[in-house]
Amino acid sequence: MNSFNTVRKTSLEKWQALQASKVPIIYLGAASCGIAAGAMEILEAIEKTLEEKKIEAKIIKVGCIGPCYLEPLMDIALPGKPRISYANVTPQKVPRIIESYLVKGNPEPRLALAHFGNGNHGFPEEIPGFFDLPMLKSQVRVVLRNCGLIDPEEIDHYIANDGYSGLMKGLLNGPEKVIEIVKEAGLRGRGGAGFPTFKKWEICRNTKAPQKFMICNADEGDPGAFMNRSLIEGDPHAVLEGLLIAAYAIGATHGYIYIRAEYPLAIARLKKAIGQMREYGFLGKNIQDSGFGFDITIKEGAGAFVCGEETALIASIEGKRGMPRSRPPFPAIAGLHGMPTIINNVETLGTLPNILRNGASWYRQYGTQGNYGTKTFSLVGKIRRSGLIEVPLGMTLRQIIFDIGGGSRKPFKAVQTGGPSGGCLSEEFLDTPVNYESLTAAGSIMGSGGLIVLDDDTCVVDLARYFLDFTQRESCGKCSPCRVGSRHMVEILQRITKGEGEAEDLTKLQTLGETVKRGSLCGLGQTAPNPVLTTLKYFRPEYLMHVKEKHCPAAVCRDLIEYRVVPGKCTGCQKCVSVCPTGAITGPRAEPHNLDPSKCIKCRACYEICRYDAIAGDAIIIKSARSTVDEQTV
Amino acid sequence: MNTEITRAGSSLNQEEHQSFHDLFEAYNGHEGDLVPLLQKTQEKYGYLSQEAINEISRFLKISENQIFGVATFYSQFRFNAPGRHSIKVCLGTACHVRGGQVLGEAVGRELDVLPGETTDDKRFDFQRVACLGCCALAPVIQIDSDIHSRMSVIRLKGILEKYE
Repeated sequence: MNSFNTVRKTSLEKWQALQASKVPIIYLGAASCGIAAGAMEILEAIEKTLEEKKIEAKIIKVGCIGPCYLEPLMDIALPGKPRISYANVTPQKVPRIIESYLVKGNPEPRLALAHFGNGNHGFPEEIPGFFDLPMLKSQVRVVLRNCGLIDPEEIDHYIANDGYSGLMKGLLNGPEKVIEIVKEAGLRGRGGAGFPTFKKWEICRNTKAPQKFMICNADEGDPGAFMNRSLIEGDPHAVLEGLLIAAYAIGATHGYIYIRAEYPLAIARLKKAIGQMREYGFLGKNIQDSGFGFDITIKEGAGAFVCGEETALIASIEGKRGMPRSRPPFPAIAGLHGMPTIINNVETLGTLPNILRNGASWYRQYGTQGNYGTKTFSLVGKIRRSGLIEVPLGMTLRQIIFDIGGGSRKPFKAVQTGGPSGGCLSEEFLDTPVNYESLTAAGSIMGSGGLIVLDDDTCVVDLARYFLDFTQRESCGKCSPCRVGSRHMVEILQRITKGEGEAEDLTKLQTLGETVKRGSLCGLGQTAPNPVLTTLKYFRPEYLMHVKEKHCPAAVCRDLIEYRVVPGKCTGCQKCVSVCPTGAITGPRAEPHNLDPSKCIKCRACYEICRYDAIAGDAIIIKSARSTVDEQTV
Repeated sequence: MNTEITRAGSSLNQEEHQSFHDLFEAYNGHEGDLVPLLQKTQEKYGYLSQEAINEISRFLKISENQIFGVATFYSQFRFNAPGRHSIKVCLGTACHVRGGQVLGEAVGRELDVLPGETTDDKRFDFQRVACLGCCALAPVIQIDSDIHSRMSVIRLKGILEKYE
């Protein structure tokens, strides 16, 4: 404990020195999403501008703070002042931002998005506080508390912000007490199923064995979900501290982090963080003189969605095909190499340090009865303010989608929770509180936290086909309900989206879906039909339109749509003619063009170029082939 | 590890053998090393050749059949030589609802290549992936290590031209 106090003191000194920095600090959001949005070009522009203007400043690359739609984000902190955030930065904007604020000290409300100060900071009133922005106002940051605020590659930053003190508290109180606190806090597994975390631990702790293993499940395979990636990239030590706490509680001596190979930056961050832990005495035989010994190995997943399932994940670590096996025995009794093993999700682990540090009753202030705490979601799809969010459980879908996400541009149609294993919920569910039970009752699941918002331009039949196609490809093939059933369901859905469906197909889908749900061995098969069953239930008229009228109202299903030129709007600029790969569009300059549907391959090129590059902007429309809308009046 | 360097019947020369065995150095030869070994091999050579599978089979003392069984189970592994550049089109949910599929078709048409294949001139290999985790910036494609966000069919051509 003494050694930890020394470590903590040094870290605090380093952190305070940074806060009192005499030179300005520029923080750049450089998680994978920030980089994808162009953070590295911004970095180059910042370095170039600083050099040209001969300004001394420190640049710190931080993780994702949440509002991805504002990326790239850069913040500037002048000595003695809180950070000011600039959004949607481009390399061209960088010199202007630096000149106005770094050089002249004028934060320019026109450029600035928000500030990170509280109270008397002397900024113009037009600049709001960052956490008062509509997207952030109703969020509660527990798991994500450090993301975007500290340098994820500096263990000192983490320790100075109370990092590892949860673990130290746990080590002082003993493993039984740790389990007790987690039980009291009411923490449930954040991987999706919501099983009480303490229960799994207790079973494992009470099983006698020569060795036990603790595994962090970072195989975030749900397409449309990136909460775990962001947390690891933005605050890797939070997850690692949680892993240590869990390992200590169950009595494990070795841990694995099973992470997708598609997340190279997250893997690099973990590797660096593990090196720092070793250096600071948080790994090895005798962690902080407590007598507790633990070490971690990183295992890169090789790309199989089913490996998110516990027994499949274990098979994969053992070097086999990642196929699930029937339970019991549960991994908590016989898991990796036959030894008791606990697998916890990244977010579950990231929550633990907070619970240990602040206590169970503190954690229970968030959420509702039986669903305590917060949950992170990736809010994506047809939504204005997309990004990573964290909210207390029990918030309604409406609050999440409209208050935080700002709703969709076109009319809201549905929200898919729980990724491919979840369901598609219609407008009538918007006031459903988000908790494990209510989502399950609606036919969906909480899942790991992907929230995909759909508007009128999304076809739910196509979406159901998409999800089923995904799970069908990812089915490991072990049990026939999943292997054969999901395949048949995809075939039926393909028929429907091609306009070849029949009325009885809907009954077939329903029966098959229920069979696959009941008969499959693991969670993948048991939940695979959810997208189909929920859309059949809540969007039946849309299926019927596809089947009976061969009409796709959202104008998505390939074989049921047509591209058309609206003669009254076409200015004859020939831009679409130049991009059409098949020569389907013809016509002389300055006269409305002609589109030959028999040559059109529906590649979208003409539609996009008309929208973004042409004068008319909307002369090319995508319509259901059955639509009778008069083109002149569109 | 004490391993034999040359063997009769193998199509590899001594240097190539040595190159594989350098790779094996860090492993104990347990079955659990299979996936990491396949990953390392692919990292070094770009794909899993028949020779590589053969070498790994001898090293871990498990059959080639079993190795193929494991390798084909995971989407990460490829069995043909990669191109100079690698294109991954994201087909995650967020990308799907924002036109990822049309984008994938456009790549195929532009380069005359099918998913999982490499172009004849070895310039590009083309894969479809389930999710790159940049959902808020959909649709995205990845070329080598660059992620191109908020993509459209018409921007594609210009971007491809940057990679020779």
